[in-house]
Amino acid sequence: MLEVERLEVSYGALAALHGVSLTIRPGETVALVGPNGAGKSTLLKTIVGLLVPRAGVIRWEGIPVSAEPPHRIIERGVALVPEGRRLFARMTVRENLELGAFAKRAQRERRAQLERVYTIFPRLLERERQLAGSLSGGEQQMLALGRALMGLPRLLLLDEPSLGLAPRVVESIFSVLAELHREGMSLFIVEQNVQAVLTLAQRAYILEGGRIVGEGEGQRLLQDDHVRAAYLGPLARGASS
Amino acid sequence: MILTQQLILGVLVGGLYGLAAAGLSLTFGVLRVLNVAHGELLMLGGYGTFWLFALWQIDPFLSLLGVGPALFVLGLVLYWMLFQFVVKAHEEARIKNSLLIGFGLTLVFHTLAIRLWTADERAVTTDYAGAVVKIGVFTVPLVRLSSLVLAFAILTALHLFLAKARWGRAIRATAEDWEAAALMGIPVGRTYLLAFALGTALAGIAGGLVSVSYSISPSIGIEWTLKALIVVVLAGLGSLFGSFAGGILLGLAEATSVVFLGGPYREVVGLVLFLIVLLVRPQGLFGDRG
Repeated sequence: MLEVERLEVSYGALAALHGVSLTIRPGETVALVGPNGAGKSTLLKTIVGLLVPRAGVIRWEGIPVSAEPPHRIIERGVALVPEGRRLFARMTVRENLELGAFAKRAQRERRAQLERVYTIFPRLLERERQLAGSLSGGEQQMLALGRALMGLPRLLLLDEPSLGLAPRVVESIFSVLAELHREGMSLFIVEQNVQAVLTLAQRAYILEGGRIVGEGEGQRLLQDDHVRAAYLGPLARGASS
Repeated sequence: MILTQQLILGVLVGGLYGLAAAGLSLTFGVLRVLNVAHGELLMLGGYGTFWLFALWQIDPFLSLLGVGPALFVLGLVLYWMLFQFVVKAHEEARIKNSLLIGFGLTLVFHTLAIRLWTADERAVTTDYAGAVVKIGVFTVPLVRLSSLVLAFAILTALHLFLAKARWGRAIRATAEDWEAAALMGIPVGRTYLLAFALGTALAGIAGGLVSVSYSISPSIGIEWTLKALIVVVLAGLGSLFGSFAGGILLGLAEATSVVFLGGPYREVVGLVLFLIVLLVRPQGLFGDRG
């Protein structure tokens, strides 16, 4: 479904990704973990076309898309829930959701899809007329996710969906992601909450210093010593002993 | 009594300041470029209305239906030829580069207007040009009153477009966060193009109204750019009606200064307001951007 091949991305003179290759298959949930500054957000932004790679190819269903502008890539069925949510704070919840269905393909289905998003997140329906900027952190993340779903993505990219949220909210966001996965959507999740994301994901890649340094099944990586030491920290080691 | 009469005239001219400023505010708010040639575009709109009347006696209010779209197209061309290269830069670089382009355009349009139409002052003088509405002892020039009402109606229409229409919302989204807008599948380049052309059309319509209510000459461009800039700073970005209110405020301030300080101070009072607002409330009176 998505193939990334030897991707090189740089910010000015600063190289951010050095030859990153990875694959996401239809219906698969894949995690991307790694320390801050490893290039995780850069990779997601490049996939949706916000950044243009210096070298390498991104193929969507066999077609090279790395030279396309974001709106073309979104139209093909990719969506990104960006880091920090990036809601339109001065617009209402409803307006944010409707903007999520701007792409032509999504326009036709937008009424039905709005119902669906409201079914998944009833809280958004209650807050429909409120400005997005006035929502709580958890509600904002629900809106960011709902807005991305309005675009009817087949591949959903998420950048740190649990950042700054209370554990209960994180749990409910992850249960929605699990539900989307069961319905057949492909997910590619960048996440600091490694425990949660590796439990959800079938496979995971480890990105360090702009390079993929490890790959494996989610559950197996959870048992991996390097992963445990680097990303799960002393807490996890304590729990396993 | 003189004061009240002046204040009435102040409100009337203020509506046009507001209309001129709304166009500038739209392009600045969405594209983050400062088009200092905005007043020149207004001047061109004024000449368009003037010549349509002088050559074919087309009613100036009717000719707005042609001048608006013509300036919209000019906006498309200017964006495509010049400003599309500016918006590819980072935000600080956008302002600087747009200033250079804007000043260049100002010189070109100004000189072109003098060559083509001479430096004479012109005004559209219709049969009803002298008509007034009497309210008690005060007189309200009918043409200027119609201009004010029309300016308000146009801003209301634009407001509804931005609030409800699919592309209007795309413009607002792009103004707030262009990257997030791109993630919604909004072609950001096309919203820039649309916003710029709409801003240009607003300038043209304002110019048409200026040519009926007041007078035009090749040199009014820079004056109107200045007025529009003062109003944008005064009102802040983000609201068309804020611009309209800011324009009227400037008109009232000018009128007051004419009565108490004399005509020459008219141009000074706006700049003083400009400085005060920048010092005390840099986001503008009605602005919501910090």
